[in-house]
Amino acid sequence: MEKIGVYVCHCGTNIAGTVDVQEVAEWAAARLKHRGVVVGREYKFMCSSLGQELIEKDIKELGLTRVVVAACSPHLHENTFRTACKRAGLNPYLCELVSIREQVSWVHTDKDMATAKAMAVVSGGVERVLHHEALEPLKVSIHPDTLVVGGGIAGIQAALEIADAGYKVYLVEREPSIGGHMAQFDKTFPTLDCAACILTPKMVQAGTHPNIELLTWSEVEKVDGYVGNFSVTIRKKSRYVKTDLCTGCGICWEKCPKKVVDDVFEAGMGTRKAIYTPFAQAVPRYPVIDRANCTYYIKGTCKACEKFCPTSAIDFNQEDEIITVNVGNIVLATGYETFDAHRMAQYGYGRLPNVLTSIEFERMCNASGPTNGEILLRDGKSKPKAVGIVHCVGSRDKNYNEYCSVICCMQGLKFAHLVHERTGAEVYNFYIDMRTPFKGYEEFYQRVLEEGTHFIRGKVAEINDAPRTPEEQGKLIAQVEDTLVGVQMRIPLDMVILSVALEPRHDAKETAKRFGLSCSADGWFIEKHPKLDPVATMTEGILIAGCVQGPKDIPASVAQGAAAAARALGKIHAKEIALEPVRASVIEEKCSGCRICNGLCPFNAISFHEERMVTEINAALCQGCGTCVAACPAGAITGTGFSNEQIFAQIEGLLLLNVGEEPVPA
Amino acid sequence: MNNNETFDPVIIGFTCNWCSYRAADLAGTSRTKYPHNIRLIRLMCSGRLDPTFVFKALANGADGVMITGCHPGECHYLEQNYKALRRFHLLRRTLKGLGVEPERVKLVWASAAEGKKFATEVGSFVEEIRALGPLNWYRSNGRSPDDSGPTSHEPAPDLKEVPA
Amino acid sequence: MTVNGNKPKFAMYWAASCGGCEIAVLNIHEKILDVDANFDVVFWPVAMDAKYKDVEAMEDGSILLTLFNGGIRNDENEHIAKLLRRKSKILVAFGSCANEGCIPGLANLSDSREIVSTAFNTISTDNPKQIYPMISYDVPEGEIHIPKILPVLKTLDQVVDVDYYMPGCPPESHQIAAVIDLVVQVLQGKAELPPKGTVIGAGNSTVCDECKRARNIKMVKSFKRIWGVEVDPELCLLEQGIPCNGIATRSGCNARCPTAGAQCIGCYGPAEGVIDYGARLISAFASVIDSNDPEEIDRILDGIVDPTGQFYRFNLAGSLLKAGKPAWEKA
Repeated sequence: MEKIGVYVCHCGTNIAGTVDVQEVAEWAAARLKHRGVVVGREYKFMCSSLGQELIEKDIKELGLTRVVVAACSPHLHENTFRTACKRAGLNPYLCELVSIREQVSWVHTDKDMATAKAMAVVSGGVERVLHHEALEPLKVSIHPDTLVVGGGIAGIQAALEIADAGYKVYLVEREPSIGGHMAQFDKTFPTLDCAACILTPKMVQAGTHPNIELLTWSEVEKVDGYVGNFSVTIRKKSRYVKTDLCTGCGICWEKCPKKVVDDVFEAGMGTRKAIYTPFAQAVPRYPVIDRANCTYYIKGTCKACEKFCPTSAIDFNQEDEIITVNVGNIVLATGYETFDAHRMAQYGYGRLPNVLTSIEFERMCNASGPTNGEILLRDGKSKPKAVGIVHCVGSRDKNYNEYCSVICCMQGLKFAHLVHERTGAEVYNFYIDMRTPFKGYEEFYQRVLEEGTHFIRGKVAEINDAPRTPEEQGKLIAQVEDTLVGVQMRIPLDMVILSVALEPRHDAKETAKRFGLSCSADGWFIEKHPKLDPVATMTEGILIAGCVQGPKDIPASVAQGAAAAARALGKIHAKEIALEPVRASVIEEKCSGCRICNGLCPFNAISFHEERMVTEINAALCQGCGTCVAACPAGAITGTGFSNEQIFAQIEGLLLLNVGEEPVPA
Repeated sequence: MNNNETFDPVIIGFTCNWCSYRAADLAGTSRTKYPHNIRLIRLMCSGRLDPTFVFKALANGADGVMITGCHPGECHYLEQNYKALRRFHLLRRTLKGLGVEPERVKLVWASAAEGKKFATEVGSFVEEIRALGPLNWYRSNGRSPDDSGPTSHEPAPDLKEVPA
Repeated sequence: MTVNGNKPKFAMYWAASCGGCEIAVLNIHEKILDVDANFDVVFWPVAMDAKYKDVEAMEDGSILLTLFNGGIRNDENEHIAKLLRRKSKILVAFGSCANEGCIPGLANLSDSREIVSTAFNTISTDNPKQIYPMISYDVPEGEIHIPKILPVLKTLDQVVDVDYYMPGCPPESHQIAAVIDLVVQVLQGKAELPPKGTVIGAGNSTVCDECKRARNIKMVKSFKRIWGVEVDPELCLLEQGIPCNGIATRSGCNARCPTAGAQCIGCYGPAEGVIDYGARLISAFASVIDSNDPEEIDRILDGIVDPTGQFYRFNLAGSLLKAGKPAWEKA
């Protein structure tokens, strides 16, 4: 028979003021004696060192095998009392803390009722603790290598931090080069640093770092395993270029006769060849052949690149390579996409040539872009005399995305400045609210204001090319209400820049599923805690950084990259982690392989063994929610810490006073 | 049929570790009063809520059961509270078939910040159960087959009127 | 394990049941001869003439094996259950009725007076004089009695201590044969009896274990009744939206119904250790509904026309709640 000690805390007068703690303790000792209660004590402050010593002494002297503490919320002191039990040599999980403060004394006023309820709560705890098992934390070793997915600024930062600390990183990037969106930009707000000047050194560092293995033109296909022990399958797409021979000299793309509109890096504003690197400073410098557009693959002849390659690095028969890497932590920094401006037909994007998206404008401004940094209309010659910048295109709009894309205000200000500086044109910023919250941002806003940019507070209703007056002839007209003045305006413009929303990657949901994460309703990955744990996820060992977690600017992305790296490094240094042993497991003899539970785990902890026709649960992936335990129709899944027996017993205990019968002895 | 004046319902409440239990904690720390009739059981997630727990609570003498969890879309385990939602719907339908008022089981979403809401929901649920009257199911468990039951096979009076 | 050098005694009884269990026993073909060869059949109202007073006269514990089928619906059932418990060494709850109430247990959804009224006073009953049976009646020869209906039907183990449980409606003949084989082997000293309380003549997992249909991760968009769909013969029925209870039902029948193209209705009762069969199904079915929208969930659930019947067809009396509210409330 188990020996249970019941300890009722006064918490000064916090509990004792409303609950007759002495009566509860005496009642437990007398009335629950037959359930194994050998001692019932009350004490002023159970959580004090003297209170804890009381429990420890009883464990040692009375040989207690179970402990019930009736005090405050387990969220406050569960650990305190578990640790006390552990010190006295009792497994910490054989202790149950029941709340008679938050759930009884602080919320009830009638002393008799509160005391009766406290007894019921104690009785529930006693019945429950009888079914507790001694548990040990699950110890998991941490593989020192890390996978970083996404080679934008957040991913590069994370990779460099970890690599600099002396640990191996696999940096996977879907495109032929790392760099991400930042590589497309010309200047960065608010300092107007040239994006390439600050980014390319980091790219080169990542490309040459002895601890970083760059896997560009590659995608993660499958993730198995759990924190500390992930096994990741990666598809290295064929470049048709042997990277061990290629020197990146560029002769191949010079000689390639096929020009292709570059929809990715140049955002459709420029062209590249069928064999290409996305931009001059690409890392790595090896090109890829765009098979869909390569003349050789289309017509069977050409091979200009092969003919002129001085190192014979072209290999038209190269195939995709599948590799598997083992890593302990994963950082997801897969970034964002931009809102498709075609969806807002009222702005004429795609129909009116001089309506551009923000990314297109970035390329136009970029010195290495299609116009060599000149701001020109689509005719390629004329400079605009009036430019409108429309904020919140696809953001803060119930029809598209309700969230704020964070960067657009500052981006709009940056564009205003650049247009002003390079063309002297009149600039109109159409905004809903001006948001300039971070370091140096407000100052930049003031600067742009002083430069004479017009700010019109209002959401543009329409951009059209239907003139009503001679001045409007040949112009784009922005129809907008200046809500500060309450006046409808028609503003003739030569060029309109749409500050398009940042959106989750189109395949974010699949990515989330692959990595055992979840997306919020708008598609951004969900962090473990929005304030206190923004780079961790509910899946232990998988971290997120940058825009994959939500729209943010470069400094925030870099900070998150570094934070995620610090999290990974912490685990790597610890070499192993202890996981809470509240886990589900399958009793294989009882499992009939019905597969009811198979789709229920968002953490991919449940898998089906096809040959044995049974379901398996990976304890390290399991987060202990118990949903599968509740769902199993055969009762073949058990969950430690919150087992059926524990809950049934607690129900019986809680209802003891009502039923007026003793629960069946265990 | 109810002596609801003196009837003091007993309610078992299931809470999830992350939102609704913390809501109950918050009700406590902010000293928000609510009726003593509810006794709480902590689960890790409302997704752990096995309908067996509800039947067990009713069979053992509870007059009502309150299931609580994180708001939809805010589940600590991403989406497991939706499983609780689905089970709750089917559970209520089954209870109805058993002649038990489905209103005896209630589902409440409460975030960790909604201590006040938690207290209000408990208060109104207690009143709803009080209006329904006692369930007293446990009497059917302990009862000896000798001590009750009809003394004759005469039909119940209200059925006399059924046309032959 | 012979008693006094004679063949051990065997009894079989039916309480509130349909008789299918008896047929199932006879359906073991020549194996029935083993029963005769190894046992002295002392009491089996269906198969032979016997009087309660003969059983009452037997020494306590003198019957080695009693297979008791049927639920406890009236005081006669209960009396005999207690009597046979006293007289038997091994009492087996045989078949779904004795185990968990089965179809007669569904009467627990209604008040027992309503049950009687329905039997004697419905449109299909010719009872112009409104005659109802009386529990006791005085005749010149003395007072005569008929059994008194109990407020709710009970399972055998809600009335007496039970040694073994043999589920099924009825138990499969091959399982009965296997159990008889086992008992004969025990008698011959070649095998040992399982621990008391064991479920015998059945498997330890659920019907899916024996079902050959292919199965995948389940996502149910609608529930349908089987007559309304063209059933894919290879695929799991539940995945086709047919509410098949096989997932929660104890194995042992070789997945008879799903193999034949009909959904499992659950006659073998809950799996090992499960305390409420219906709750397992509620939880499992609901878990795989492919919607998070309350209204759509309700639309999908409309496909399960009678949830209580779906989940408790066999197990109502043996469930946690045991009966519907009207049955116990008016009792």
